[in-house]
Amino acid sequence: MPGPGHHNGKMERPKNVRKTFGRILAYLSEYRIQLALVVLLIIVSSGASVAGTAFLQQIVDKCLEPLAEQGLVPALVRQLAKAVALMLGIYVAGAMASWVYSRIMLNVTTGTLFQLRVDMYNKMETLPIRYFDSRTHGEIMSHYTNDADAVREMLSNSVTSVISSGITVVSTFIMMLVYSWQLTIVVILMMFVMIKVVGVVSGKSGAYFVKRQRCLGQLNGYIEEMIEGQRVVKVFCHEEAAKQGFEALNDEFSEAATKANIFANILGPLMNNLSHTLYAITAICGGVLAINGVLSLGVVIAFLQYTRSFSNPISQLSQQLNSVLTALAGAERIFGLIDQTCEEDAGTVTLVNATEDAQGRLLEADRHTGEWAWKQVEDGKTTLRKVEGNVVFRDVSFGYVPEKTVLHDVSLYARPGQKIAFVGSTGAGKTTITNLINRFYDIQSGSITYDGIDIQRIRKSDLRRSLSMVLQDTHLFTGTVRENIRYGNLNATDEEVENAAKLANADGFIRRLPRGYDTMVTADGANLSQGQRQLLAIARAAVADPPVLILDEATSSIDTRTEALVEKGMDRLMEGRTVFVIAHRLSTVRNSDAIMVLENGEIIERGNHDDLIAQHGRYYQLYTGMFELS
Amino acid sequence: MFKKLLKMTKGYEKYTILAPVVMVGEVVMEVLIPMVMALIIDNGIQGDRGIRYTVLMGLLMVCMAVVSMLFGALGGRFAAIASVGFSKNLRKALFDKVQDFSFANVDKFSTASLVTRLTTDVNNAQNAFMMLVRTAFRAPFMFLFALLMAISINAKLATVFLVAIPLLGVALYFIASTAFPRFRAMLKHIDKLNATVQENLIAIRVVKAFVREDYEKVKFEDEAKAVKAAQRHAEKIVILNMPLMQICANGCIVAVLWFGGNMIGQGTLQIGQLSSFISYIMQILMSLMMISMIFIMLVLSMASLNRIMEVLDEEIDITDDKADKSLRPQDGSIRFENVSFSYAKDAQRLSLMNVNLDIRTGETVGIIGGTGSSKSTLVQLIPRLYDVVSGRILVGGHDVREYSLEALRDDVAMVLQKNVLFSGTILENLRWGNPDATRQEIEQACRAAQAHEFIMSFPDQYETQLGQGGVNVSGGQKQRLCIARALLKKPKILILDDSTSAVDTATDAKIRKAFREQLPDTTKLIIAQRISSIMEADKVVVLDEGKVVDVGTHAELMERSEIYREVYNSQQKGVA
Repeated sequence: MPGPGHHNGKMERPKNVRKTFGRILAYLSEYRIQLALVVLLIIVSSGASVAGTAFLQQIVDKCLEPLAEQGLVPALVRQLAKAVALMLGIYVAGAMASWVYSRIMLNVTTGTLFQLRVDMYNKMETLPIRYFDSRTHGEIMSHYTNDADAVREMLSNSVTSVISSGITVVSTFIMMLVYSWQLTIVVILMMFVMIKVVGVVSGKSGAYFVKRQRCLGQLNGYIEEMIEGQRVVKVFCHEEAAKQGFEALNDEFSEAATKANIFANILGPLMNNLSHTLYAITAICGGVLAINGVLSLGVVIAFLQYTRSFSNPISQLSQQLNSVLTALAGAERIFGLIDQTCEEDAGTVTLVNATEDAQGRLLEADRHTGEWAWKQVEDGKTTLRKVEGNVVFRDVSFGYVPEKTVLHDVSLYARPGQKIAFVGSTGAGKTTITNLINRFYDIQSGSITYDGIDIQRIRKSDLRRSLSMVLQDTHLFTGTVRENIRYGNLNATDEEVENAAKLANADGFIRRLPRGYDTMVTADGANLSQGQRQLLAIARAAVADPPVLILDEATSSIDTRTEALVEKGMDRLMEGRTVFVIAHRLSTVRNSDAIMVLENGEIIERGNHDDLIAQHGRYYQLYTGMFELS
Repeated sequence: MFKKLLKMTKGYEKYTILAPVVMVGEVVMEVLIPMVMALIIDNGIQGDRGIRYTVLMGLLMVCMAVVSMLFGALGGRFAAIASVGFSKNLRKALFDKVQDFSFANVDKFSTASLVTRLTTDVNNAQNAFMMLVRTAFRAPFMFLFALLMAISINAKLATVFLVAIPLLGVALYFIASTAFPRFRAMLKHIDKLNATVQENLIAIRVVKAFVREDYEKVKFEDEAKAVKAAQRHAEKIVILNMPLMQICANGCIVAVLWFGGNMIGQGTLQIGQLSSFISYIMQILMSLMMISMIFIMLVLSMASLNRIMEVLDEEIDITDDKADKSLRPQDGSIRFENVSFSYAKDAQRLSLMNVNLDIRTGETVGIIGGTGSSKSTLVQLIPRLYDVVSGRILVGGHDVREYSLEALRDDVAMVLQKNVLFSGTILENLRWGNPDATRQEIEQACRAAQAHEFIMSFPDQYETQLGQGGVNVSGGQKQRLCIARALLKKPKILILDDSTSAVDTATDAKIRKAFREQLPDTTKLIIAQRISSIMEADKVVVLDEGKVVDVGTHAELMERSEIYREVYNSQQKGVA
């Protein structure tokens, strides 16, 4: 996985600058008052630096020159004192203004970024599983790291620097015109040359930067591949070849990087000295004009200062352009995530707690009763139906992509309390079936009903609440053991959590952990063994106490001894529930009420264990070792 | 540490030294230019030297700017060459070092962290080095030179610096030292935020299955709030930098104007001198600012440098320095004598305990045992991927530590459990086994590994491009390619570590048959989950919790080993 801040491929350019810009503005609109204040304060601060320079001219003309000619006359000294004090006031005001607007911008930037992150995450949580399955984690992560960073950079630096540079350029230009149109023409001509030169140099460096990025992508790709395969490299004594391959790419990258960096490094001194040259030429022209009496000395000195404050922001503006474009490209990708369509959910049937009254009628309850009902509201009439766990597939066809059907006309039924097993080789469609029951994916044709209700009509969150899953890869979250079990039911009391752990046979090992139920689980449960993690996942499913349970290879990576332990917990958990189980261990499958043998997306055999063995079909082959299961 | 880093400039020492040297030229010019400017004002415009003098001095100034530009550009060029060269050497040193790493070394770092060290961290080091070369000498030099010039213009006026410089210095120090811990805290919060996202991505199915989206949203929002607060807390200090600088510089200017004005009145200072003095104020304070930037940059890159040094300083725990380079294994016999092993090199936590085994050349040996019974550990000791803690292992009659690693591993081919193919064609991947293999040899190996058929079914056959990690072949196909690759080495010992788990039973049987017929002299060690894969082996080793509990043929073990029977029954149970 590429680390944060590392970009592969070519220079990034946003596709639709105006639209993206508009959306960023929409985010900023919350802060319009603050932003107006910021603009005002930037004007004050840039204005102060322009005014300060203007003052310098005044002091030279009105105080210093007379002082030089007349000596220390008290009136002149008083005038100087007044002017200097005023100047100090202006500068202090400018510095204060720039501090205040930086402080406001800090709030605006962090606030906007916070909002962007939260919006991004909230959207992400509502996206269908398909979104996550079709992208790498690195790809999604980069929205939170690289892209958000680029936006932060732009908001915290570029915005103020572009505004203040713009204001400085404009106001300086006006002041220069006021002082001397002749010198202004000289400056404009030189400016034109400077911009031209910068354009040429940055154009060249741009081309090299593209090449550098491409080489970097290749080099980092090679590093990743070789380090990930380092064990194979060792086993084959391939170290020297790997070093050679690396060296070639390293050399190529270094050459491109050197060229790109040379141009980038030259740009600074180039701009700096062009501005010196501008200064010198202005001095020559100004000097000539001053000696001829066209301009005063103060004007020339002030003007020289202006040439400085004119060329700096221009080179700054040219530098900001790149980071603004990068930020817009990043923002565009963030908005791309925010614009994804949510998981569709048109279901209206909800899941409620229920009790039965004396006549055996269902009533809605406002507390956990251990009994559940489907609540349907039609034409203002509310009907309750007991949740039993009756799942029926009728002619279900499905494909992850429309062109490639994975399941063909699958029909099956599971009565309440039955255990249904799926067996078959990899890619036969076992996991797909469970993905359809909880609507991680939606079917293309046919129907799936739950207690007689089409699952499309059940609100997704309620449908999923009525099912519990234990998956092959046990994912735990950072937090305590107790929190991880409680993930199944946030309202569970400590006692319920512990009972669930006992049911799953997890209580024993948890109590032996250093801090019992309050032991921290770290980095996806790395401090627990595979078997222990599996037990926690089972406890987590148990505390949810759902009518239907889905076990997808829940014990596959546990050795036989641990499995015996887990199995007891599993059996207790399965009692009285409808269970869908995927497993390749015979022991898990053989006591099922019905076993479905899947191949290429079709059910080719079905029946209980004894029936299927008697049939001498694929199931028989699978378990006599004639055919490999994986 | 710095000594070691300094060595990384090898081949670029010239540029590393020249870059700051040339920049001295640039700085000299840059500092002298305001001086010339003062001459123009005092003698040309105000004085009586006239137009000629003004133009001449102006031209001199243009020339100085050009010279300064040349020096600056040259310095930039040298700095680029030096810093890229530095990072190139550094990256190479790291890569070479990692190539020499033993399995234990890699375990210690984890691959993901090694990749980051070679990419992001090297990049950070390069940026820091560039900064160092460009400004570490330039900024202090400019500071001193400009200060000198200012003093030479008017020493009395220069006393303002006595106030300004310590003031700014203390302030900058205060800002930097307050900001650092706050930035570190901020980075920690950002890491935590990213970890939350990552965890959520990995476990998205759990989140959705338990309908915990809202719960996760709240969790994330709390983290994001913490990031926001930490960022404000840290950056509100840093934004003091600019206004402070402005106040300092402008305060100096104002002070100079006041005192300078008085001096002008007394006739001890000229106006032009005053204006160049003001230019020096900016140069002096700016270079002070740069110096503080260097320190910030260095401290920030310290973390990266430390991570790089950790790799470079890592002691490689398996070497063949003392080996007899000409020694080669005579045959494929293997002998374990009282072998104990621990990943943690801790005698209390042994993964293997007192293992004794005797395997004759040409034998087929099955190894079976539950998860965590150290099957993989046992075989990884044979090609010396790890070294034993006590006891010894003999291959072909000699201790494995007596061979050079290359000689040993050339004769011990191993197909790893977690195997990897590399981007490139199938043929290129197979040639890893033997770069000089003929087409005929390659096909023969592929036929034995039952890979030839499916390779020929691809449109490009042996020239088919494999993506990184071999993503475009199925798990079973990948395993067969890996076996073929190992066969091409024509090893004396072939180890398969659960290498046919994704291959169906029939094909697995065919592969074993090919081994029997084509590699009669090669010792074959097979780790398998499936009893059927090892049933016909000459002997089967049963491992349990790091101990060899039994060795025997299938029939013998069925009779006397309870563990073996248990595994067999669990796989056969229910079969009528």
